[in-house]
Amino acid sequence: MTTIVTDNCKSCRFTDCVTVCPVACFHYDDEMLYIDPDVCIDCSACIPECPVQAIYEGDDIPADKEEWIAINAERAPNLPVCEEKMDPLPGAEERKAALGF
Amino acid sequence: MSQLGTTDNPLLVAIVGSGPSGFYATEALIKSGLAVKINMLERLPAPYGLVRNGVAPDHQKLKQAILLYYKIAESEQFSFLGNVTVGRDLTVEELRHTHHAVIFTYGAESDRKLGIPGEDLSGSYTATEFVGWYNGHPDYRNREFDLTHEVAVIIGQGNVAADVARILAKTVDELKHTDIAQHALDALAESKIRDIHVIGRRGPAQAKFTPKELREFGELVDCDPVVNPDDLVLNEASKAELADKSNAGNLKVYDLFKEFSERPPSNKKKCCHFRFLLGPVELAGDGRLQKVILEKNALAGEPMKQSARGTGETLELAAGILFRSIGYRGVPLPGLPFDEKRGVIPNTDGRIMENGAVIPRLYTAGWIKRGPTGIIGTNRADSVATVESLLADLNTLDASNKTGLHGLVSLLDERKVRYVTFAEWKKIDSREVELGKPKGKPREKFTYVREMLEIIN
Repeated sequence: MTTIVTDNCKSCRFTDCVTVCPVACFHYDDEMLYIDPDVCIDCSACIPECPVQAIYEGDDIPADKEEWIAINAERAPNLPVCEEKMDPLPGAEERKAALGF
Repeated sequence: MSQLGTTDNPLLVAIVGSGPSGFYATEALIKSGLAVKINMLERLPAPYGLVRNGVAPDHQKLKQAILLYYKIAESEQFSFLGNVTVGRDLTVEELRHTHHAVIFTYGAESDRKLGIPGEDLSGSYTATEFVGWYNGHPDYRNREFDLTHEVAVIIGQGNVAADVARILAKTVDELKHTDIAQHALDALAESKIRDIHVIGRRGPAQAKFTPKELREFGELVDCDPVVNPDDLVLNEASKAELADKSNAGNLKVYDLFKEFSERPPSNKKKCCHFRFLLGPVELAGDGRLQKVILEKNALAGEPMKQSARGTGETLELAAGILFRSIGYRGVPLPGLPFDEKRGVIPNTDGRIMENGAVIPRLYTAGWIKRGPTGIIGTNRADSVATVESLLADLNTLDASNKTGLHGLVSLLDERKVRYVTFAEWKKIDSREVELGKPKGKPREKFTYVREMLEIIN
């Protein structure tokens, strides 16, 4: 079972998810967040928090997002932990609207 | 007098309660960068609150949150005093006297009542006590549940109700390698329960299960999930709710109910029925529970705000065991104000209030602050917010030197209270893990306080 951040996060990086993560397993780069699968406890707290529904868990991961399982696993451990809410990236609100949220 | 929060005058904070909210508050205080010492009090010898005592034994991964709390507990700025009951062994006033600030994070250990005739009949139980019992909580060690009946009813459709149903539905093999308390496993092995009815007062579009928890019912070894397709017809407001993009979880849950309704019958021994638009109005029986009288409900109101209204039409369900699972509830602590209606400590942004005025230096976080809502991680943001209030108040806190841990220990020694340190907890913890190994369990929990104290005495 895994919980992963997928492409809707790109260019948004709202970080609402980070505020409810019980184990601080979100890592970040300039574009988006990633979940470290070795730390994540699959509690699902983050999923409803994301304004653009970028996070999926286990059986709900759509086939076309499965590539993100490996991406989260590879990138997260090499990036800094996001401990606190950060300002979204510039243009995040526009991207959110464009995604239909 | 040195500035509060500097090495000469570290900020001394007492935290009452050692569940997630207490540890996230500790973490937020340590991260502030101030010189701070946190003394955490817990009435059981074992820390971690509902992560140890609430999260179901077959959800071990969720319990890994404990790894983070363990790390926080190892900080030099933190001390743990277990087996100490605030309100009995120490007063709120004594905490206030020995520390600059106190944060109450003692959660919600009681339960909401149905408020119907027959609620106290033998055979009518609470999810709170059942969960405590199978998780080895010392307060519930000696409860007995009569599992000799075939039909069990659970009132409520949240994740706690799902836990109760699932533990009743699982086979011994599915449970024997978890950290379920041995006395519970032994009792469940003898269970005669075959039909479990999980009953919600509203409809399938309003059930509070999270998708993952509901999906588990489709994967049980010897129990089928049962949903009547007629119960899945939705009114316009419910359709609108499920079409709302921000309500994606409820749509997934509805889709799971639909999937369950389409499954062909199998030859599994048990069934778990999900029933909707029903509310219990009376529990009846001769000296013990024999039937549940349910009233049919109709939904009324705007989308996202629909409530259940009784229609007057009733039906009877013969059952010998019922669990109410309609919410945990906080209890008052002597020395603190209490909102009887909501079951919380009155507060604004975590600052405790009495009669509309802030009580200086007293704070609260977690379920006893906001009510029993959310899951483990929800408490992180909540505790961070309370600590922000506390830090904003830094200049108004009485900055005179306080006795902190030394002050508490003096009082406890005087009163001959056998407090348990974190180092001592680690010994108890290791022993539990050791005892679990031959059984293939992550641990075998001690279920009596005296057993835990024997390890360290």
